[in-house]
Amino acid sequence: MQRIPQQLIPLIIMIVAIIGSLITARTLLVPDSFGDLGHYRADNTGEVAALELSYAGAHVCADCHDDISETKRDSHHSGVACESCHGPALAHTEAPDEFIPDAPRGRDGCLLCHGYNPARPSGFPQILPGQHNPTKACLICHAPHDPQLPHTAEDCSACHREISNRKQVSHHSSVACTECHKATDEHRASPRIVRAEKPRKAEVCGNCHARGADSSREIPRIDMDTHGGRYICWDCHYPHFPETNL
Amino acid sequence: MKNNKPQMARREFLENCTRKLPGFFLLFSSLNTANILAANENDDYDHSAHEYAMGVSIHKCIGCGRCADACKRENKVPREGHYYRTWIERYIIPADGEAIVDSPDGGIHGFPEVKTGGDVLRSFFVPKLCNHCANAPCVQVCPVGATYSTEDGVVLVDDTYCVGCRYCIQACPYGARYLHPEKHVADKCTFCYHRITKGLLPACVEVCPTQARIFGEIGKRSSPLNRFARFNDITVLKPALNTKPKVYYAGADGEVR
Repeated sequence: MQRIPQQLIPLIIMIVAIIGSLITARTLLVPDSFGDLGHYRADNTGEVAALELSYAGAHVCADCHDDISETKRDSHHSGVACESCHGPALAHTEAPDEFIPDAPRGRDGCLLCHGYNPARPSGFPQILPGQHNPTKACLICHAPHDPQLPHTAEDCSACHREISNRKQVSHHSSVACTECHKATDEHRASPRIVRAEKPRKAEVCGNCHARGADSSREIPRIDMDTHGGRYICWDCHYPHFPETNL
Repeated sequence: MKNNKPQMARREFLENCTRKLPGFFLLFSSLNTANILAANENDDYDHSAHEYAMGVSIHKCIGCGRCADACKRENKVPREGHYYRTWIERYIIPADGEAIVDSPDGGIHGFPEVKTGGDVLRSFFVPKLCNHCANAPCVQVCPVGATYSTEDGVVLVDDTYCVGCRYCIQACPYGARYLHPEKHVADKCTFCYHRITKGLLPACVEVCPTQARIFGEIGKRSSPLNRFARFNDITVLKPALNTKPKVYYAGADGEVR
């Protein structure tokens, strides 16, 4: 082996020192697994995935509380998870006697969803908390695991309150909604998907208001052939409040 | 010039350099890659086989705030203060003038009546959360690589690596990030990564009483998200920014931003 030339020795020392310090700095400063999958610490994905859970999931509750989950499954609250009202319950599944989840009995919990709010979708059952039995707990009349629809007398007005209020004080107060509209059970179940049928022809009004119609004598009559010309009845008369002229 | 041997030594030296130095580097880099899967799941969960996304149906949302509440409980987000990984906004569109948007306590305690002083055209709720953008501005700006997109399409924050510079909070066009008051690092929605990797639903989706939130995977026929996308006109928030969000909204009109 030959002697390394004099002039190379400081160069070699310098290069080795630089490379050595770079490698030391890299091993000390850059965490393990950094850059394995991208410009981040790949191990963190596993750390986040290993975080502690709080919510168990509805299917776990059904394992023990099968009676309640069966009742709820056929009710209007079928889509409401147990933990929506009872809070996180994973601790309860691990130690059923030590950790008891919340069982809200007051009005506040129910009102979060069922208190009247104009921004809620129309058709969603809501009450005015100040007028709807203000001192009573909801539980007294409504079973939370199997809540019932509004009374049938309120059928259409339960959702179409504004129209029903207007019609009540009009000459059409005694005309049932179903006289002109066809509302199926499907419409009641999913009002936005299955729409109620609206009249399309003037003959629907003519059933009562035409000259020869078989209806009470007080009802105003018009000649269906000449009245209104090319306009259809509800272009000028609002059917839910016919006294007004649009 | 006594002999030519030193020249040979130089050649030898250079040859040795090219041969041995890469090996030297490899030694160190192999030490780093050794841990690649050690900290990951002990089960057979495959990160690259998923791409998660969420659907939000605006006309189903009743603004009960159970999602925001469940999120705080599941992810141990501070109860006090305006820190939310998900929250609900109420939009009030007046007959004339600007839309009013509010979110008192993220919607957790409901929405008190607001006097607008004029006719209201319509009003609705919009649940918001991190959009887990495929082209995420927060990931681009993070100076240290603490915010990143996982293989399954979720944007996460490495809280042991974040320096708390708040750059990502500034960069997020959806306001989905906040600085954790105790940990002093950026924090945000993880799609409940600790739940979804175990096959559970995110806490907000789990508790939503009206199924306004749908969770699923992109490109899987069996995913509920597939059905959601087929039955709704879907849109994303701020599409013009080209962030490619993975939270899809149904029933969002032009006022939603």
